Amino acid sequence: MPDLGLNVIFKGRNFIRLLGGLGVALKISLIAVLISIPLGILLGAVMTWKNPITKAILRIYLEIIRIMPQMVLLFIVFFGTTRALGWNLSGEVSAVIVFTLWGTAEMSDLVRGALISIPRHQYESSEALGLSRSQTYLYIIIPQAVRRLIPLSINLITRMIKTTSLILMIGVVEVLKVAQQIIEANRMSSPNAAFGVYLAVFLMYFLACWPISLLARYLEKKWR
Amino acid sequence: MSNIMLKVDSLTKCFGDNTILNGISFDVKAGEVIVVVGPSGCGKSTLLRCINALEPIQGGSIVLEEDTINPPSKNLASLRQKVGMVFQSYDLFPHMTVLKNVMIAPMKVQKRKKEEVEAEALALLDRVGLKDKANSFPRELSGGQKQRVAIVRSLCMHPDLLLFDEVTAALDPEMVREVLDVMLDLAANGRTMIIVTHEMSFAKAIADRVLFLDGGSIVEQGPPEQFFDHPQTERAQRFLHTFEFTAVKAHPALAEE
Repeated sequence: MPDLGLNVIFKGRNFIRLLGGLGVALKISLIAVLISIPLGILLGAVMTWKNPITKAILRIYLEIIRIMPQMVLLFIVFFGTTRALGWNLSGEVSAVIVFTLWGTAEMSDLVRGALISIPRHQYESSEALGLSRSQTYLYIIIPQAVRRLIPLSINLITRMIKTTSLILMIGVVEVLKVAQQIIEANRMSSPNAAFGVYLAVFLMYFLACWPISLLARYLEKKWR
Repeated sequence: MSNIMLKVDSLTKCFGDNTILNGISFDVKAGEVIVVVGPSGCGKSTLLRCINALEPIQGGSIVLEEDTINPPSKNLASLRQKVGMVFQSYDLFPHMTVLKNVMIAPMKVQKRKKEEVEAEALALLDRVGLKDKANSFPRELSGGQKQRVAIVRSLCMHPDLLLFDEVTAALDPEMVREVLDVMLDLAANGRTMIIVTHEMSFAKAIADRVLFLDGGSIVEQGPPEQFFDHPQTERAQRFLHTFEFTAVKAHPALAEE
């Protein structure tokens, strides 16, 4: 049997270091998620307004963030702002900024979609029953929108967690960077460590994201 | 019984330059059942929507008992409690059970006690034969059952006036009957109703008075026997004629055999 370099994972403090790296990745993505969900809900509601100016501004924001690869955004915020504006942002802060910008844009579009997918006669029959505007939103529209939204936004959260694997490019020592360091350090003693260590990284991402997507599938079934 | 409940006076409704209702005037007495008929696009549905303050009006007035109906008015919520409306599309709230659908407005708008509302909701559901569906979700019901729930949902608010906007138009033929029977039952109990429908024999059976709308005006009105059997105007005759068919046999020889 070929040497798969599995022993390296548990050598010294390697496993703990990998977990620490995963912790950094999760911390950044979760902070970004916690900021982007409320902001996204707010912007998504604003996007359903008929005002052409707010509509245009938000459309441009959304398209720019969508079209731009996340890596380019990371470079602009981390390197670009340092040179152009003299900001001294750490890698982690830059990552949180980029992931929040991205998450907010995607979330707002999901919210907008969920809100406009509620048929007009739901508003009308609620009003016809005498419910006020705010009661209509509280009891009729928002509960239906949230049911459509939750599976989609959970999917967004797993995408944000996965995409943190890019932030090693701006010098953040997250799980993938730790893995590279471990492989480099053991190049002489275990030249095949790459397989085992990256396998461990794969499993860690999997264990972080799988429960979340299970939850999404459960909710989707429950609410149809 | 001759007290006027609803008074519509030279009501005008436009969408932009397009006049939908052009000076409509009629009264509804308490306990009266009015059926509104007319070709599609004649403004029947818009008329009901105006009466329920879903549309702002451009001229004339709608007075329900003492209150003037027009969307900007402050007392909209109390007005809407007096008017129940059932729409053509199945408009139940899909995320709530049948019982919750019926109970939400009495509890949230009228602030009535849960126990009392629940008892009434179940009694009303029982009356339309749907008590066993109280805990089902709308997606588990047939079209006819959904419309019966929608009617119950309106009734539970104790409205003085009920509006029905082509409630059977989207139903399969065999489900139309069960909904119409509920409405006949309401009429027999002296409910005041305005019904827009394309079911002519039903209209004849339930109406105290028929309004024939065409081109945004009331062209003819009268008791159903008179309207259906002896329409006075040429337009009404032409409209009623569209519901009749002359026998056409492709092969007379076969028919004779």
